[in-house]
Amino acid sequence: MIAIIDYVAGNVKSVENAVKKLGYETLITSNPEEIGNAEKVIFPGVGEASTAMNYLRLKKLDELIPTLKQPFLGICLGQQLLCDFSEEGNAKCLGIFNLKVKKFPSTDIAPHTGWNNLQKMNGPLLEGISETDTFYFVHSYYCEIGENTTSECDYILPFSATLQKDNFYGTQFHPEKSGDVGSLVLQNFLKL
Amino acid sequence: MLKKRIIPCLDIKDGKTVKGIQFEDLRIAGDPVELAKKYVNDSADELVFLDVTATLEGRKTLIELVEKLSLEINIPFTIGGGISSAQDVEALLKAGADKVSINSAAVRRPELVREIAQQFGNQCVVVAIDTKNINGEDYVFINGGKIQTQLKTLEWVKTVADLGAGELLLTSMDFDGTKNGFDIRMLQNVSQVCHLPIIASGGAGKMEDFTEVFTETKVTGALAASIFHFNEIKIVDLKENLKQNKISIR
Repeated sequence: MIAIIDYVAGNVKSVENAVKKLGYETLITSNPEEIGNAEKVIFPGVGEASTAMNYLRLKKLDELIPTLKQPFLGICLGQQLLCDFSEEGNAKCLGIFNLKVKKFPSTDIAPHTGWNNLQKMNGPLLEGISETDTFYFVHSYYCEIGENTTSECDYILPFSATLQKDNFYGTQFHPEKSGDVGSLVLQNFLKL
Repeated sequence: MLKKRIIPCLDIKDGKTVKGIQFEDLRIAGDPVELAKKYVNDSADELVFLDVTATLEGRKTLIELVEKLSLEINIPFTIGGGISSAQDVEALLKAGADKVSINSAAVRRPELVREIAQQFGNQCVVVAIDTKNINGEDYVFINGGKIQTQLKTLEWVKTVADLGAGELLLTSMDFDGTKNGFDIRMLQNVSQVCHLPIIASGGAGKMEDFTEVFTETKVTGALAASIFHFNEIKIVDLKENLKQNKISIR
């Protein structure tokens, strides 16, 4: 069973559809016990960081998530919330990745909206992906680059397109909206 | 490098596509899901669906359509038409839409933009603007271009950017349907007053028009309807052509 964390503003439906299409059973939930018992956990992200963190605290998921041992995937805001801190609403986040989430400088077009490619890729999540493959991004804040960065994307400046530390994975792009290469990334996660 | 987006737009009424659509395979003509799948296979970067249904029954059918689309297509899609409250938005996003486009309702009550952005994030709020040049000044039109407002387009762009719009869909009423190319002047002017991603709409007739809009303006997406529906330009061919012209394309 793949748990998809439900938190009001998330685009859980698209993620659920994408995972089901790959042949896995899903459960959309914010129940700590159900999340704790799942084989894998996906944390889709849409919305605002401080509001999302408040919701996680309300459901006591801020305490649960860092203790999870099964493969965990944060998507978009989901990846950002796995970092230490976000400038969006000055939110203290979950602290898995020792990184800050910053706002794109206002000198160029933001949000970063559309299809972009990845560089300096490594790790199991991006197996089979090449530098010419493109993924769908839409975000105004980005994760810095650090030791847990497993690929970079360049928009205005280079930032972490994917992150990994132990069982925790993150993608800034939306694999569920990135066509066939996006499905491949989800498949890579689901077979971990 | 961020790629420029090619975006087909489909008009929907009572869950079916309207406006003439001519493909060799006419079975798919009325079915938005089949048509959407065809465009995804043709490498469209996003899709926009504009619902022109006026009835309550038609709106319910729209939600069912969004659910089906969400099951069948794995690229982003936007739903617009008749959205006037955060509840409308919630229903569409829950059904699986990625973004909503609001037009007249935002002009009537600008706070709507802020409400949607706060509740669901800026990224899902596309503000659609129908603009027309009157005596040298660009004005916003509402109700499908039927009613002229006193709002100047550039002022309105600044307002919705401040209210939290995540993207703009700009349709030039002067150029729409002419097939003479996009409204370069208007699009350049808008890019100078805001840093939001812009989708250009209105006027596309040939492949060179897309090269022109991506070279001459800062727009990151270009939208068209009939030239794609009538197979006058195939998206795969268009993208090949743009690549040859050194435009960054997926």
